[in-house]
Amino acid sequence: MNDIYQFVSGPLAWVAFILFIGGSLYRVIAMIAEVKKKEPFIFTYMSLKYSLRSILHWITPFATYNWRRKPVLTVVTFAFHICLFVSPIFLLAHVTLWDESWNIRWWTLPDGSADIMTLIVMASCVFFLVRRLTQREVQFVTFVSDYIILGIVAAPFITGFLAYHQWFGYPILMILHVLAGEVMLVAIPFTRLSHMLFSPFTRAYMGSEFGVIRKSKDY
Amino acid sequence: MAEPATKNPVEEQKVVDEGIDVGISRLTEDKIEKVINQVLKGETGARLKTYVSTCIHCGLCSEACHYYMSNDKDPKWSPVGKIKQTIWEMIRKKGRVSPEFIRRAVEIAHTECNQCRRCMQFCPFGIDIAYLIGMVRRICHKLGVTPRYIQDTVHSHSVTMNQMWVKGDEWPDTLQWQEEEARGEFPKLRIPLEKEGADIMYSVIAPEPKFQAQLIYQAAAIMEVAGVNWTMPADKGWDNSDMAMFTGDNEIMGRIKRTHFETASRLRVKRIVMGECGHAFRSVYDTGNRWLGWSQPPIPIVHAIDFYYELLKGNRIPIKEKFKEPVTLHDPCNVVRGGGLGEKLRYVAHALCETVIEMYPNREYNYCCCAGGGVINCGPPYKLKRVKGNRVKAEQLMDARTRGAKVIIAPCHNCHSGLKDIKDYYDLHMDIKFFGDIIYKIMEKPE
Amino acid sequence: MIDRSNWDWETKEKAVPIDPWKENFSWVEEPYASPDGEQVAAIVNIDEGEFNVCVNGETWENPFEKIWYLRYAPDGRLTALVSDTAEWTVAVNGVPWEKKFGYVWNTLFSPDGKNIAVAAQADGEYCMALNGNPWETTFQNMTYFAMSPDGSKTAAVVQVEDFGEGEIHKFQKGCFTAALDGQAWDTRFVNLWNMAISPDGTKLAAEVRTSLYDYSIAVNGQVWDKTFQCVWQPVIHPVTGSVIAPVRTGGKWTLSQDGEFLWDQRFLQVWHQTFNADGKTLAAIVSPKYGRWTVAVNGQPWVVTFGTMVSDLVVSSDGSTIAALAKEGDQWKIVVNGSPWKDTFDMAWKPVIGPDNKQVGAKVEKRGKYTVVVNDRIWPKECDAAWDPVFSPDGEKILLRTVENGRYLRRILPVTEITG
Repeated sequence: MNDIYQFVSGPLAWVAFILFIGGSLYRVIAMIAEVKKKEPFIFTYMSLKYSLRSILHWITPFATYNWRRKPVLTVVTFAFHICLFVSPIFLLAHVTLWDESWNIRWWTLPDGSADIMTLIVMASCVFFLVRRLTQREVQFVTFVSDYIILGIVAAPFITGFLAYHQWFGYPILMILHVLAGEVMLVAIPFTRLSHMLFSPFTRAYMGSEFGVIRKSKDY
Repeated sequence: MAEPATKNPVEEQKVVDEGIDVGISRLTEDKIEKVINQVLKGETGARLKTYVSTCIHCGLCSEACHYYMSNDKDPKWSPVGKIKQTIWEMIRKKGRVSPEFIRRAVEIAHTECNQCRRCMQFCPFGIDIAYLIGMVRRICHKLGVTPRYIQDTVHSHSVTMNQMWVKGDEWPDTLQWQEEEARGEFPKLRIPLEKEGADIMYSVIAPEPKFQAQLIYQAAAIMEVAGVNWTMPADKGWDNSDMAMFTGDNEIMGRIKRTHFETASRLRVKRIVMGECGHAFRSVYDTGNRWLGWSQPPIPIVHAIDFYYELLKGNRIPIKEKFKEPVTLHDPCNVVRGGGLGEKLRYVAHALCETVIEMYPNREYNYCCCAGGGVINCGPPYKLKRVKGNRVKAEQLMDARTRGAKVIIAPCHNCHSGLKDIKDYYDLHMDIKFFGDIIYKIMEKPE
Repeated sequence: MIDRSNWDWETKEKAVPIDPWKENFSWVEEPYASPDGEQVAAIVNIDEGEFNVCVNGETWENPFEKIWYLRYAPDGRLTALVSDTAEWTVAVNGVPWEKKFGYVWNTLFSPDGKNIAVAAQADGEYCMALNGNPWETTFQNMTYFAMSPDGSKTAAVVQVEDFGEGEIHKFQKGCFTAALDGQAWDTRFVNLWNMAISPDGTKLAAEVRTSLYDYSIAVNGQVWDKTFQCVWQPVIHPVTGSVIAPVRTGGKWTLSQDGEFLWDQRFLQVWHQTFNADGKTLAAIVSPKYGRWTVAVNGQPWVVTFGTMVSDLVVSSDGSTIAALAKEGDQWKIVVNGSPWKDTFDMAWKPVIGPDNKQVGAKVEKRGKYTVVVNDRIWPKECDAAWDPVFSPDGEKILLRTVENGRYLRRILPVTEITG
C-alpha cells in the first residue's frame, strides 16, 4: 500500500503536473499560433480595456444580465468555483506537502473552513448533476462526457473529504484522492475543463468585439 | 468519449423548398464529407476549435433565444441545442453526415436562428454562437443547399449588386420619379445623382426603390429641409443590403461591399449615411468590410438613427409639433447590440414623440424581431415558424400596449416586416413606423 | 490622347461670373468646368419640368424636360442625358442624338473624347449606344459596361437566357454572357462582372463565375484553365495583349496572367492593377497584412502602409512615377513612389501626373475649401470649388480651374509658383 502511495504521490504526481502545465501551455500556445496563422484579424480588434471589462463583469457575481437572471445558479457557480480553487490550494495538508518537498509554504485555511468548502464543492456538483438530469435545455446537450467531467471534478473532493475524516479505508482513500487529483489536473488541458484556460481568451475577444466595434455590452 | 448521436426532432409540418430539396437530392455522404472538411480545415481555425472545446454544455444561452422562449422552452430551439444538432455533429463525425442531416442543419441554420447575437451576451464564455451558425450556413452554401427565396436574393445581388433585381435604368429612373413627385411639395428639391464631392452618400436597400419609393421621397424631403449636401450614385453601389452575408456566400458579400465602398470613394463623399436598415448596417459596418481586408469601414458608415440624432441635436429639422400617439421602441439587434445606438435611438424618439413607453427587455437586451439574419428572406414557407417562434415578442409588445403604446418605432426594415407579421398573427393592433415616417410627418414644410 | 498644345497657356486669368446665374434661373446645379478651362456649365431649372444647361452664361438653344449627368468629354464637348416627352437620349453641346431611348445612363468617353457611349433601354430591351448608334442586337438585361481603349467598341454583360424570379437552378445553369458590339459569346455563365477590351479591339476579357463557387477569367468566351476562389477585374497588357487579373487562392490574393500566377507574393487583397504604357511596370493596390494597405510595384509592396484605405492608383506612362491616395483615419494623403507627402487633407482627388512623368498634382479639400497641391506644395488659395489641375505639354505651366466668390476662374500659372 505504501509503495503504491509513494508511486502515485511521487512519479505519477510529476507526470500529472508536467502534463497539466505542459498540456496547458501547449493548448494555449497552439491556439494563439493558429490564430496568428489563420485568423490574424482577431488581434486587430483586441483591446485590453474591453477585455478586462468583459472578464471582470463575468467573474463578479450578479454583474451581468444573465447572472442576475439566475440567482441560485449564480450563487452556486461562484461558490463552486471559488471553493474549487481555494480549498485545494490553501489546504493545510497540501501546503505541508509543498513545504516538505520544496520548502515553500503559504497561508492556509483553518481545517474547518476547508471542510465546509469541500462540502460546498460536493454539494455544487450534486446541484450540477441534478441540473443536467432535470433541466431540459441542459439535458438536451448533455453527453456521457459531461458526467465524466463532473465526476473528475467531484472525485478529488469526495475522496479527500472521506480521507480527512478517516471514516473508512484511509490508506486506499488517500491513494484514490491523490489519483483523482492527478486525473483532474491532467484532464484540465485535454477536456472541456479547458474552459479554465480558454475562457479568459474567449471572453477577452468577445469583450473587445463588443467594446471596440459594436459599442455595446457583452454582459 | 462516446457521445450519443443526435436524433432529428420531428418536424411540425413538412416544408417544400426547392432550394433545399433539389440541393439535398444531389448530395452523397462522400460529397458532404469532402465539403465539410474543406470548410472546417480551410476556412476555420482556432476560433471554432476553442469555442467547441470551451463550451461546457451549461445551457445558459437558452433563455436568450426568442425561438426557445416562444416554443415552450423546447431545448431543440436553444442556441446550444442548435449547435449540437449541427456543427458539433459535423465535427464529431468528421464531416460524414447524411443528406437528411444536412436538410435539418439548413433548416436550423437558416430558419431557426436570426443571428441576433443575444445568446452571446448570455454565454459566460462569450462563445460566438452566431459565428458557428454562420459556419453551418457557409457549409450549406458550399453544398448547394440554401433556401430558395434567399438564394434567389443572393443571385440578384450577384447580377445587379442589389437584392431585388432592380435593373440599371430602373434605379435612376425611380429616383427621378420620386424627385419629381417631391417637387410638388418642395419645389426646389433635388435628389442629386452622382454629385462628386458631396458630404454624404445616402444609400438604401433595394426594397425601397422596388416597393417603398415613398421612403426615398421622405429621405429626400428630410435632406432638403435640413440642408444637407448629399448625393446618391446612379450606378451600382447604391444598395447597402447583403443577403450573401447570411447565406455564407462570402465572395459575393465581398463583391457587393467592395462596390458599395468604392462607389462612395468614387463620389468623394466623407460619409455614407444609410437608411433605417439593420442587417445592412451589420454588413457594411462590421462584416463585409472584413472579408475585403478593411478592418474598419474605409468610409464611415452612419446609420439613419445616428444621422437623425445629429440633425435633431443640431436643430436642423424644425418640428411643427411632436408626434402625439404614444410610441414604444424596438431596438434592432444589428444597430443596438451590434452598433451601440440605443441611447441615440431614445434621444431621437423623445425629440420627436410626446410619449415614449419602453418595452422590456430593451436596449441591447431586446428580443429579436425574428425576421433578421436572413430568416424572413427565406420566404413564405417559413412564415408560420417565424411568427410562432416569436410569441415572446408578441408578449413584449402586448405589455407595452397595455401600458398605452399605440405605435412601434422600428428603425430597421427587417424588424418592420417581422413585427408586422407578428402583430397581424397575434392581433396586436399597433402601428409600426420608421423614424423617417414620423420626421416627415411632423417636420415643418414649406407652405 | 488630347493635344493640349493649342490651348491658351498664355492668358493668366479668365473669369466667368456664375453667381448671377442664380438670378436668371429658379435654381442652378453644381458647375462643371471644361477640360481646357474655357467653359463652365451647369444644369439650370427654368420652370416646372423645364431644364437647360447654362454654359458661360448662355443656355443651350433648346430646353429639356429633364437633364442629368452633365459631363465634359475629354475633347471639350459638353454632354448630358436629356429627356423630352418621356424619351431619353444624349445631348452633345445641346444637340440631342437623333436616336431616342426609353432610358439612357452611364456615359462613357474614350480618352480622346471622340467616342461617347451610353447604356440604353428601349421597350424593356437593353443595349449600348455608341455615338448615337445602338447595337443591332438587344438583350433583356444588361449589367456591366466597357469601352475599348480607342472607344470604337463597346461591351456589356448581357442576359441571354430567360429565368423567372425564384428559378434558382435555372439561373445556376448560366443565363448570362458578354457581348462585344452586340455580338454575344456562345458560352453561358452564372455571372460576369467587370470587363476589359484589348487596345486592338479583338479581345474581350471578363471576370466570371462558372458555378456558385468557381471564379475565373473568360477571354472571348473561353475560360482560363484554372478556377479560383474569387477574381477581380482583368486588365490587358498594353503590348502583349495577355490578360492579368487578381485571383484568390488559399484565402490569399495575387495576380494571375492568362491563368498562371504572375506574382509570387500573396496578399490579403490585390486590386486595381495598372500598367504603364510599355507594360513593364505593373502596380496594384494591395493589403500586405490585415487592415494595412499599400501599393505593390511588380509584386514588391511599398514599405509604408496605411490603415484605412488606399485608392486612386496612377502610373506614369514611363512607369517611373506611381502615385496613389492613402487614408488614415479620416485624413487623406498623397503618396508618390512610396513616400507620403507631408500634408493631410479632408478629401483628395485622383493624382495627375505631368508630361515629364515627374510632376504630380491633385485637387484637395481642407475644411470645406478646395485647392490644389503640386509636388507636395499647397497652392495657398482657398476656393469654393476646384477641378483637377492640368499640366501644360511642356510641363512648365499649370491650368487651375476654380470657383471663388461666385466667379469661375481659369488661371495659368508657372508650376514653380506653387512648387517654389
